[in-house]
Amino acid sequence: MSRSGLTGNRIRERRTVLGLRQADLARSVGISPSYLNLIEHNRRRIGGKLLVELARQLGVEASALTEGAGAALIGALREAAADEPEVAPDLQRIEDFAGRFPGWAGLVASHHRRVRELERTVEMLTDRMTHDPFLSASLHEVISTVTAIRSTAAILVDTQDIDPDWQRRFHRNLSDDSQRLAEGAQALVAYLDEGAGDAGAQSSPQEEVEAYLRARGYHLPELERALPPAPERLLAAAPELTSAPARELALAHLRRYRRDAELMPLAAFAAAARDTGLDPGQLAQRFGVDPGAVFRRLAALPEALVGGPVGLVTCDGSGTLTFRKPVTGFALPRFGAACALWPLYQALSRPMAPLRAVVEPAGRMPARFLTYALCQPMAGAGFDGPQVLEAAMLILPEETATLPPGEAQPIGTSCRICPRRACIARREPSILADGF
Amino acid sequence: MGKHVLLIEDEPNIIEAIRFLLSRDGWQVDTHSDGTTALEKVMEKRPDIVILDVMLPGRSGFDILRDIRADADLAALPVLMLTAKGQVKDRELAERLGASRFMAKPFSNTEVLETVRALAGG
Repeated sequence: MSRSGLTGNRIRERRTVLGLRQADLARSVGISPSYLNLIEHNRRRIGGKLLVELARQLGVEASALTEGAGAALIGALREAAADEPEVAPDLQRIEDFAGRFPGWAGLVASHHRRVRELERTVEMLTDRMTHDPFLSASLHEVISTVTAIRSTAAILVDTQDIDPDWQRRFHRNLSDDSQRLAEGAQALVAYLDEGAGDAGAQSSPQEEVEAYLRARGYHLPELERALPPAPERLLAAAPELTSAPARELALAHLRRYRRDAELMPLAAFAAAARDTGLDPGQLAQRFGVDPGAVFRRLAALPEALVGGPVGLVTCDGSGTLTFRKPVTGFALPRFGAACALWPLYQALSRPMAPLRAVVEPAGRMPARFLTYALCQPMAGAGFDGPQVLEAAMLILPEETATLPPGEAQPIGTSCRICPRRACIARREPSILADGF
Repeated sequence: MGKHVLLIEDEPNIIEAIRFLLSRDGWQVDTHSDGTTALEKVMEKRPDIVILDVMLPGRSGFDILRDIRADADLAALPVLMLTAKGQVKDRELAERLGASRFMAKPFSNTEVLETVRALAGG
């Protein structure tokens, strides 16, 4: 915290902390935004009534702006105090404290920031644990083994007259199972250890947007109305989207959603979807839109209307997943690239060629899914710009759509957690213990 | 009611333990490990109780349960579903599909005996 900062900097700093726009602050004190801009860049000296008025609007003492026990520092201290109600009585001496002990005050403020950061990290990790396919697979393995051990051990302890043959057998089972448990636990620890490297990383903007959509079942009734509100207004009512990049991503999604909803009105589209057995090709023709839009629309419909869960993933030309709506049994990787055998990537290598394939993800509970995939150029690049591609894959479980007969293509989630050892597309070894 | 159990589970050591336990309690125990042919096995063996694991190779326990309940002859068959502890969603789904009872892994041997006896009595 610079003590030599100028009044203009402090005003700007404080305004940014409060999230006020320059124009709004200027209006509230009766000056033009351009004049406030000059003040904030220390090009105009201010004092007297205007200073007092600005300080009032910014919720600080005028002296904090001129002499500056930095406005941002005071703001941070206030926030820290707000979390600890028992220090409330000292609140009016906050300026005093920051002015007389700037170093200590800075320490309090930075600790507060650190606590906030750590809290966010914990939240993110908790969330990650709940959705990580490897964790759930290996926990299942551990539970299975523990079940066998518990039951076998109890038999050995409780059965007085046990036959020696059986006894030997159960001892051998116990030994095998404890070995398996040890290996499973080791794999789990190794995995968590590796993950610890990025523990400090914040959840990505994309994850923020996904959490926002997941909480709403990927369906936004506000945008289905005849006169939908501006997406910005929806965003204003979503404080859970904290970072600016997340808000930007969300805004782009909402705009696209609104356009799709206009072209494919809910009731008519849902009826047509059921009519055609969720065939994106026929639906695209019927509504005069591209199949990619139909994919998005199907994934945005409530389950009850389409007749079952619908999953969707999209990726850009680099293969990076840009949108993920999972369905049970078809795990989508939370980080890194997915399985190269996904029809999504097959489509990416053949732009504009529609693809329909039945796939079977690896897992202990094999299930088959009907997928439709297509790669299209993004509009807006123009004739001179570079070609920007986007591929999308619609994922329909057996309960949602009728699967055509024939062999299913075996696929995985991502190599690290895939049990298909001999896969031709494998790019790194699996960390799953044998027998998973 | 007879004392004939069909255990559909793919973990060999769990099978061995449950088979031992129930046999000593006077039950005839048949076992089966493949999800795809489980329904045929139920029809063929005609057990008094089915113990059905959720996670099976080939076909999930949920699908098998759905088929059992859809079959006129088997609709009333008591089915004890094995789910993993904490898997609330699995349990809810099994409930919706008409499972008679649940048992969460890891279970205790007393729990197995009591539950199976209760199902036979009901």
